[in-house]
Amino acid sequence: MISSTLSEYKSRCIVAEHLSSVFFQASWCVLPSRILLVLASQKGIQMYESDGSIMVYWHAVDTPEAPTAEAVFARGIAATRSNYICVGTSTGSVLVFNIPPKGTNITVSEVLEQHRDPITDIACDCSENKEYVADLVTADDSGVLCIWKSGEDFKLMHKLAAYGGTCSSVKMWSGIIAAGYGSGQILVYDAATGTVHVEVNAHARWICALDLASESGKLLSGAEDSFLRIWRIYRNSASNTIE
Amino acid sequence: MSLRTLPLLFINLGGEMLYILDQRLRAQNIPSDKAKKVMNDIISTMFNKKFMEELFKSQELYSKKALRTVFDRLAHASIMRLNQASMDKLYDLMTMAFKYQVLLCPRPKDILLVTFNHMDAVKEFIRDSPSILNQVDEIFRQLIETYSCLPAGEFQLIRQTLLVFFQDLHIRVSIFLKDKVQNSNGRFVLPISGPVPWGTEIPGLIKMFNYDGEEVKRATFPVSGSYTNVLTEGSFDLFGDRVIKLGTNMYSVSRPVETHMSGTLKNSAARTKENTAPNPLAKEELNLLAQLMGGLEIKKPVGTEPGFRLNLFGTDEEEDQAAAIKSPEHFDEVIDIQVSKDQQQHEELARIMEEFHVQEQPKHSCSKGDDLLAMMDDL
Repeated sequence: MISSTLSEYKSRCIVAEHLSSVFFQASWCVLPSRILLVLASQKGIQMYESDGSIMVYWHAVDTPEAPTAEAVFARGIAATRSNYICVGTSTGSVLVFNIPPKGTNITVSEVLEQHRDPITDIACDCSENKEYVADLVTADDSGVLCIWKSGEDFKLMHKLAAYGGTCSSVKMWSGIIAAGYGSGQILVYDAATGTVHVEVNAHARWICALDLASESGKLLSGAEDSFLRIWRIYRNSASNTIE
Repeated sequence: MSLRTLPLLFINLGGEMLYILDQRLRAQNIPSDKAKKVMNDIISTMFNKKFMEELFKSQELYSKKALRTVFDRLAHASIMRLNQASMDKLYDLMTMAFKYQVLLCPRPKDILLVTFNHMDAVKEFIRDSPSILNQVDEIFRQLIETYSCLPAGEFQLIRQTLLVFFQDLHIRVSIFLKDKVQNSNGRFVLPISGPVPWGTEIPGLIKMFNYDGEEVKRATFPVSGSYTNVLTEGSFDLFGDRVIKLGTNMYSVSRPVETHMSGTLKNSAARTKENTAPNPLAKEELNLLAQLMGGLEIKKPVGTEPGFRLNLFGTDEEEDQAAAIKSPEHFDEVIDIQVSKDQQQHEELARIMEEFHVQEQPKHSCSKGDDLLAMMDDL
């Protein structure tokens, strides 16, 4: 099963290459009813069935109305628990797609316009913990973070002012947000209140990516200083803080 | 990718080219008045107002082939002549040097400081020619205006665009190998010590806060590599201490700089592969560029001012050897460039280029999802 998926994906990759577009991000979006492969590029957003066999949706971002002086692209992909896939764009908008349990009837259900700078990353709460209301975080080039509650109408819970530089990567788990910055720092926020609980001088260069293990809450950070670091995040109930 | 990358690519590569030419002119004991004339001619061509205007427009990077042609023409904008082997070597050195600088930039915005280092050096080369100096200052101001207030994210995008352009170039340069900043496989070494970028803290500290924002706990973690703090930020003004050393003249101490032949051979093979991929747009691109640069005078060696040949290798024999080793495909690529000031041709070319943009994407027949892909091609 795995090998056939890879070979299908590979052939699809070769096809996509010929469209002469640069791909910014690829992500498996795991929804309750299906898994989709979402690709964000200079031309737009493509969604494929999980075996790479069929492209089920295409959304162009490089349209005639797009401003020509600026680079146009899509970046930042996340799937929420409730059948939505969110993709960010270089204008700062976040497109929310409504995904049916099967088939290609995918529609744009909402466009979130809180950011004014290109979206860098989007993350959804990847824990099984349902007690936290806010379940989505979006980040942009200027360092602004928005925390949302997903649903038929997405609700903005908090908008956090830029901390210091570009927020290059963001992940969410159990109501905790981990954000990596171009300055090499990682900041850990509480999603419910929007307060900073931890500031780590983690790397000497731009942080390229973060990843969270959903079961253990371990955070992985990779940066241009050539280091990969693994962190443990947990809630300290005694002091009511996140460490 | 970023649409603002081309000026930075051109100016930095041009700067590296000037460093190398300056070093070779001195090494070959070319009389100083001739050498100065060469530098002046090339710099004034490089910073030609019309060309710079075209460069600063919002656009994707030129193809590798097109850019190489621009530099071929630039290198011949004076009485100096370079044969194929020397030109190849010059271009290899230029590109690897700039790739090194882009890769090792501590933070993305430092690419601008690298550019300013090159600009400072160019100004130094033509300090006795006020009219050219004026041209260069104008461009300096335009650089400051265009780039100073871009956010860090935009600079990172520019940096990534440049790195994609330089992808798979692994030519070994002896000066880098000697200084141990490049490995024998052509890859650069990322240092894990030295000053941290401006705006970055030295890794190792964890601070924890409570809900009221008060710091409640501190912890540290071990860091391999020894980093130091940086005291000042480089200056982004017309004059000032740039702090970063990347982009300064690494040939100013005269040491012979060579690219390794086997490395070059490998790269010739790689280069040949890319060059044979058919690109209908390339010829039109080149013609448009040629037309722009054709508006500039080409110096021909005339009468009392004979041209001379610059050799990028240690001796003439080495240069001939290098020429012989190059794969024959290189000599087949005679690019036919028409140099004329024909306004009508320019308009037609522009129109042709418009048309090419639409037809560029080739159609592919794949088993599934055919019609959706075909739809995308037509957009």
